[in-house]
Amino acid sequence: MSTDRRQFLSAFGKLLILTPAAAAAWEYVEAGKAEEAPGYRTADHWWAMVIDIEKCIGCGNCVRACKTENDVPLEPEYFRTWVERYHVPEGVSEHPDVDSPNGGYDGFPEKYRPGDGAKSFFVPKICNHCASSPCVQVCPVGATFESPDGVVLVDKSYCLGCRYCVQACPYGCRYIDPRTETVDKCTFCYHRITKGLTTACCETCPTGARQLGDLKNPKDPIHEFLRTHKVQVLKPQMATGSKTWYSGLDGSVR
Amino acid sequence: MGGLFVAGIVLFLIARWAFVPEGFGELGHYRTGALADNRVKKPVFAGRAACADCHTDEAGWLKGGPHKGVGCEACHGALGAHASGESDVKPVRPDPAKLCLVCHLPNVSKPATFKQIDPKDHMDGAGKCGECHDPHSPDKEPKKP
Repeated sequence: MSTDRRQFLSAFGKLLILTPAAAAAWEYVEAGKAEEAPGYRTADHWWAMVIDIEKCIGCGNCVRACKTENDVPLEPEYFRTWVERYHVPEGVSEHPDVDSPNGGYDGFPEKYRPGDGAKSFFVPKICNHCASSPCVQVCPVGATFESPDGVVLVDKSYCLGCRYCVQACPYGCRYIDPRTETVDKCTFCYHRITKGLTTACCETCPTGARQLGDLKNPKDPIHEFLRTHKVQVLKPQMATGSKTWYSGLDGSVR
Repeated sequence: MGGLFVAGIVLFLIARWAFVPEGFGELGHYRTGALADNRVKKPVFAGRAACADCHTDEAGWLKGGPHKGVGCEACHGALGAHASGESDVKPVRPDPAKLCLVCHLPNVSKPATFKQIDPKDHMDGAGKCGECHDPHSPDKEPKKP
């Protein structure tokens, strides 16, 4: 059997770098039958995300990558993930100035001046993939659900487009796709994470401000992060069971 | 009367059989097949591991430098189609003068510890980052102009 250099590098590289499961899954991706990729059992995973506010630079790479990966309409009303800029004058955390020009898709043109007596920072937003999600509870037909591996997904062939879930989400993470009139939202890139890849936003974040993690994998760095950082979820009073944890979250963030 | 009752139940069972999709309710109040539906799409971004499969030399360029955590596709664009060999899409070769500023342009809202350079105050506003700095290992001494 003869092996040329490209085949050798490809096979050896996969062995070396991809985990064997991810390497096997990639074969199916290349063959165009990604949904049949083996080696993924939903019961073995429980997905979550940590976001480090101290690392976000508002470059918008995540927003652009998400729209590219998931074919999200480019108009500024439609986002699976977006970045907000907070500007909190000293001592008035109840009324922060928040803006998100085009969701951060084009970055953030400078708007504030240094030394204006306020603090300012970026907050990336994404579906929180709540374990007891309000959006799932209100769906009248069972078209949105928490998957066994902890991801809130939509059954687009079954969604009526009634918009109950859009109103129920306390984080504003859902929109109606104008092309299909069905709901769309972040899936934690379910088509990627079930093949051993990370989400498009985490893949392209230059500072590592976002990290997808598998809470059922004891070797996942997310455990170390959660142990060594003071973290908080958004709107904890709503008891949504959010699985998107923020480090360095200011009390003014809604 | 009893017949009407039975007919009602039969009608209900027929309607239920006709309208409830296959696999509904097996794992929860949803259609099991929706899990597979959500996996169908092909990844648009290949992931840095797939890049390193072939580009073994390039994969080492970021090693140990300040850009070591930056994924290849963060700068070179989505390359899933390139990695699977199904199209002749080539990696984008961005202009450093624009690319560097996507991250490094100063902004009050950025973390103070993050390196920020205003091109107007640097090298007389030449704005040609790539002439002195190697984007893959920007910590090295700038190249002599």
